[in-house]
Amino acid sequence: MKFTLSWLKEHLDTSASVDEISETLTKIGLEVEEVINPLADMEGFCTARIEEVSDHPDSDHLHILKVNDGKEILQIVCGAPNVKKGMMGILAHVGAYIPLFNDKIKVGKVRGVESFGMMCAEDEIGVGSDHEGIIELPATAEIGLSLAQVYAADPVFDINITPNRAECLGVRGVARDLAAAGLGKLKPLEIKKIAGKFVSPIKVKVEDKKSCPTYVGRYIKGVNNKAKTPDWMKKRLEAIGLRSISPLVDITNYINYDMARPLHVFDADKLKGNICVRMAKDGEGFESLEEKVYNLDNQSLGICDDEGIQCLGGIMGGIAKGCSADTTNVFLESALFNPVCIARTGRKFQIDSDSRYRYERWVDPCSNISGAEYATKMILDICGGEASELEIAGDENYTPVKTFIRPQRVKDFIGIEVAPSKIVEILERLGFKVETQEDKIWATSPTWRGDIEGEHDLVEEVVRMIGLDNIPAASMEKGYFPKQTLTASQRRTVTVKHELAARGLLETVTWSFTDGKLAKYFRRSDKAIEICNPITEELGEMRPSLLVNLLIGVKNNIARGYGNINLFECGPEFFGCHPGEQKMIAAGVRCGQTSKKHWLKENRNMDVFDAKADALAAIAAANGPFDSAKISLDAPAYYHPGRSGALRLGANVIAYFGELHPIVLKKFGIKQRVVAFEVMLDNIPLPRNSGDKAKKKLELSAFQPVDKDMAFIVDASVKADDILAVARNADKRYITDVRIFDVYEGENMEKGKKSVALTLTFQPWETSFTDKDIETLMSKVEQAEKSKCNAILRDA
Amino acid sequence: MESLENLKNNALGQISQAADIKALDDIKVAVLGKKGSLTEQMKGLAALSLEEKKQKGQELNQIKVAIEAAFEDKREALASAEMNAKLAAETIDVTLPIRDEVQGRIHPVSKIYEEVAAIFGEMGFEIADGPDIEDQFHNFNALNTPANHPARQMQDTFYITNPESANFDDSFVVRTQTSAVQIRTMEKKQPPIRIIAPGRTYRSDYDATHTPMFHQVEGLVVDKKTTFANLKGCLYDFVKAFFELDDIPVRYRPSYFPFTEPSAEMDIGCKKSKTELKIGAGNDWLEILGCGMVHPNVLKACNIDPDEYQGFAFGLGLDRLAMLKYGIPDLRTFFESDVRWLKHYGFLPLDLSSMTGGLSGQGGSAR
Repeated sequence: MKFTLSWLKEHLDTSASVDEISETLTKIGLEVEEVINPLADMEGFCTARIEEVSDHPDSDHLHILKVNDGKEILQIVCGAPNVKKGMMGILAHVGAYIPLFNDKIKVGKVRGVESFGMMCAEDEIGVGSDHEGIIELPATAEIGLSLAQVYAADPVFDINITPNRAECLGVRGVARDLAAAGLGKLKPLEIKKIAGKFVSPIKVKVEDKKSCPTYVGRYIKGVNNKAKTPDWMKKRLEAIGLRSISPLVDITNYINYDMARPLHVFDADKLKGNICVRMAKDGEGFESLEEKVYNLDNQSLGICDDEGIQCLGGIMGGIAKGCSADTTNVFLESALFNPVCIARTGRKFQIDSDSRYRYERWVDPCSNISGAEYATKMILDICGGEASELEIAGDENYTPVKTFIRPQRVKDFIGIEVAPSKIVEILERLGFKVETQEDKIWATSPTWRGDIEGEHDLVEEVVRMIGLDNIPAASMEKGYFPKQTLTASQRRTVTVKHELAARGLLETVTWSFTDGKLAKYFRRSDKAIEICNPITEELGEMRPSLLVNLLIGVKNNIARGYGNINLFECGPEFFGCHPGEQKMIAAGVRCGQTSKKHWLKENRNMDVFDAKADALAAIAAANGPFDSAKISLDAPAYYHPGRSGALRLGANVIAYFGELHPIVLKKFGIKQRVVAFEVMLDNIPLPRNSGDKAKKKLELSAFQPVDKDMAFIVDASVKADDILAVARNADKRYITDVRIFDVYEGENMEKGKKSVALTLTFQPWETSFTDKDIETLMSKVEQAEKSKCNAILRDA
Repeated sequence: MESLENLKNNALGQISQAADIKALDDIKVAVLGKKGSLTEQMKGLAALSLEEKKQKGQELNQIKVAIEAAFEDKREALASAEMNAKLAAETIDVTLPIRDEVQGRIHPVSKIYEEVAAIFGEMGFEIADGPDIEDQFHNFNALNTPANHPARQMQDTFYITNPESANFDDSFVVRTQTSAVQIRTMEKKQPPIRIIAPGRTYRSDYDATHTPMFHQVEGLVVDKKTTFANLKGCLYDFVKAFFELDDIPVRYRPSYFPFTEPSAEMDIGCKKSKTELKIGAGNDWLEILGCGMVHPNVLKACNIDPDEYQGFAFGLGLDRLAMLKYGIPDLRTFFESDVRWLKHYGFLPLDLSSMTGGLSGQGGSAR
């Protein structure tokens, strides 16, 4: 909402400065975005004196001037009739922007004589409308002053109006609020009844009273729409960014911003028959004054004549029956429409207008007749003509909301006492009718306030006016010792993040949505969770896996020349719309080498075991039962079929890891190998909250452990994990560690077989092992491997 | 037989001349060995009278001690020289660079999450969660924002295609604010309530200060006595702790949110120049959060009696806090996974935020 200072002063008697007004507006909830001084921004202008005037040798009306700007003497060719020696005026230097021309002053040559600037007329710099000659300032004026120093500009306020304060979408509402805040006096506004000279030849019938409770019309004949919009009105409209079009249009726009009162004017000669306010028929056509055609539905309210819908009620007029320069007879509309109906239609057909903006918030239900009278007066004053009697359908019988406020409640709510007399004063200034009854102050809302429902609303009015800054701050009471802030699962996520970062992965945060064309390779079911109205198609699907956006990140980093990439993210993946149908995932990708080329030559390619290590580290950080997790070889199809796996706890997958499938990577435009992991944090059971945090008792042996190596030949298909598990389980007490230190396939090995070499750690507990004890244990391992893995012990 | 004096001087002379430990050992055998010169002298003692034996024995013993000491000194000197030579041969150029260690980082959003949790935790708040995909009731209706409410247009909502229905319906949205978690919390729990709800939020907007996804923290306090004055105190304490300033100018402007009344926006003081924004005392104000007393309709929607209970709610942007505190200029860059950005603006993994140990993160120097 914009308005100028002079416009505000039309309604508010105040001597407050622009800064005071601006500060107060913000304090009472009408936040000032900006105060624009239009002249302050105009650069390249200053006052200057014409020191010499001579005739142009090749022209009978041009003059050559020598102009003094206080710094230098400039030669300027000027055609104005009123130039004279010693005259003070406004000089536009080369480079100065002239709004009227929408162009900058350049060095020119006028009939062979060079010109270095321009002496300005009023209209050229927007300080007046005179174009007869150049500006003449008093001879005593100083040389070298800026425009803002010479002209008192009319500053433009740009303020934010929250949806509950519709009455401040009119300057008068703003003025009233400022007056209530003590910044001046609201000027009385007298709207006189204009007696009709005849009965309106156009009648109004409202079929849908719920959508249009009141419709006030008036026929005005003999208007001149070629008349000039008065300068003051034109300037105000232009200052707030509205183009002056014709007096009739300008008047409705002006009143819309002045009084928050939308109006519409039809060209009465174009209307056929009477006005009927009714719902459109499904598919009924309407062409707006912006020349867009809509096929309406049966919940859209139309203002119709015999030829159909001529105005989309409260939203936008139609092109067919609008006013033009030749219009002489008009039909004025000042009506009330149901906000829900307006909002629905406006949103459905995506039509924005100043009128819709006001109607869907609140328009004073008792301003239809006064609005019509106010507009009539302006039309008659500016365009002339003769007005009919008002043509009224419906009525203005509106019952304002009456509610109460208790001073005690104010105190309980904001923490300080406000005297009942102060509350009464505030409400009265805002236009409430107030009566006190014991501990309650009853307040009847003014009709321009549609936001008052109950006591909380009145408390807000009081708080606004006493000023939020006048309420003291009181720290939160610490009535109890704080509990743990994060829940167990939140804390777990935090720990996992730090663990993964400590492993050298950079944490990233990516969109929850992603590109459906890429996401389809990652969906865990055939259903995509799609956004109806995405910003772009590339952000159209709720991600089924974090890997999609991580891989887009990989691609972009490679494109920037960074090929060694270690990224992870903790966040949700989605598989449904209901609570519980999103899962917290920790996922990461690694690509390239462990480092750039290095003198130690230890750098190597990232491989599946890096991803597996990340997954296991994340599970460990999440307190997952590491030991009971089983590896299965059924990772999803976007992984490399031979280089990937799943970690399971019973039936639940707690992680996938592996190299990604090259065909999937190709869809992203990635040629490099990429390894990845996904840890399903929600599938890892949370620790039981038993209160018992004691660790298992540490059992230490007094005897040294013994390491022994054993190598087995097995079928190449036997999983290392199984060989390890069998060895470990061969004797759970005395075998405390089993490691694989060599895997061999190839030369000197039967085809389809491999050799797996283990280091076993035997831990004696009661007494040192004898050779025989160790032999027995090794033989146990050998037997177990033989029977479970079909393994043959290689000769030592 | 040579004189004892000679023997001693010879031995000491040889010891001092020894070139290495082996030569020294040879000398030791020649003097102190079974047939060594000194040993021979010792053997000769047996033939002497008691008186002579006593005197010469003493003499010999003194010589033996002196020689042995000389041996030990020389041995140590030689060993040390040998070690020095060995170490000198082992010299490498220690100015060579170390092995590359991949350095991970924590994203600024996670960092701020932890900082905010630490501060509000101190004030007795717990963290609540809710789903990103919400229904109309939790995202709008229960928050006093019925259909056609103009406030619904203040935020451009993303709607989710309902997989269960063939036609478009507006049942599901991605939450436009974390305020939905207020409702889910109050449905589950009776007052007193003190929660914050950090999380992802979504609006259809994209420029340097708006992204279609961003992070908010919602705060909610409901009990029998919390006032607007407490709201101000709580938020003042928060910004002071967060920006780690002893004092910070704040102001509150009345505003409007459907789910609070009175509603306000909070500004903090700052100093703006063309190149810099400094939080603290200054001539400018910076909007930092929206807040207000919980609207009675919201309490009613959760079956909490607004005549008995009251409280406040607030919402602030995590990403925005990160931008302000750590001087990150463009919101869009938060979500681009640019490794250069993540290394620069990210935080060391072991740099944990707490009220006891301090909040602010250090980036550490990038390796």
